[in-house]
Amino acid sequence: MSKLNVNPTRMELRRLKNRLKTATRGHKLLKDKSDEMIRQFMLYVRENKRLREEVEEELVTSLKSFMLARAVSSDAEIEEAISMPTAKVSLETSSKNVMSVNVPVFNVTESETSGLYPYSFASVTSELDSSIASLTTLLPKLLKLAEVEKTCNMLADEIEKNRRRVNALEYVMIPQLEETIKYIVMKLDENERGATTRLMKVKSMIEEQNK
Amino acid sequence: MHDGSIAVLGDKDSVLAFKAIGLDVFPVENETQAREKLHALARKYSVIFVTEQIAEQASALIERYKSRPYPVVVPIPSAEGNKGLGMQGIKSNVEKAIGADILFDKEGK
Repeated sequence: MSKLNVNPTRMELRRLKNRLKTATRGHKLLKDKSDEMIRQFMLYVRENKRLREEVEEELVTSLKSFMLARAVSSDAEIEEAISMPTAKVSLETSSKNVMSVNVPVFNVTESETSGLYPYSFASVTSELDSSIASLTTLLPKLLKLAEVEKTCNMLADEIEKNRRRVNALEYVMIPQLEETIKYIVMKLDENERGATTRLMKVKSMIEEQNK
Repeated sequence: MHDGSIAVLGDKDSVLAFKAIGLDVFPVENETQAREKLHALARKYSVIFVTEQIAEQASALIERYKSRPYPVVVPIPSAEGNKGLGMQGIKSNVEKAIGADILFDKEGK
């Protein structure tokens, strides 16, 4: 490990000792943060997995029945049936702070609808009805999935960044500081010993002269 | 900017169904079109659902949106069935955060 390029003086020593203290404290804090983030992440990711399994399963079924409906009726009929949807979904978006990561939060606001189906029952097959009904019930879950998945993504990112910081402190910064401090202490001690021996030598020389 | 609206991007068969429940749908046919459309939608929509095929093709673009709060880009299975890309995403998240895949190993068996 390389030491920093500094002058071996008392002032530098004091400065480095302060830096070491800060670095150690920062390291401990970041490590705690990382632990807690991972705990939170595990909670979210479990939910994410559960939601995704549910959503994918249901979505595939409802899309399949929609395909069936399209196969039965002509393209034009389907287009006509659904091209003017009665429902309009919009979201109120805000953000939440999870371990100082800003994650999105959705609040679904569905506009008032006259009915679920934007067409008359006579014109299309029942597959379309069931597909649209299941999609409508699925929508809140889909949005929840979007929210949770984004949270997971961002937390994972942040955890990785944090880990880099912790490692940089633990394996580069702190050893470097310790090494440099050791070097300065040794150098100062050596100077002191040098000064003492010189004094002793001078003293004995003076005593020699005074005899 | 992002006004809380929801978009669905994908092949025509998969996205049309979402139109009926009041989402804005954008059918695209090829890769280039998908990428351009996604790029354009990302400025306006808060949530964008993309089918797995599109998500695969435009993965580089989607990767870029991952670290920002908005837009939220979510891969969904298309009408042709589930390819497991969404699960792959969760898995890679776990691997990124923890270093090993502990979630699927334990529960997968």
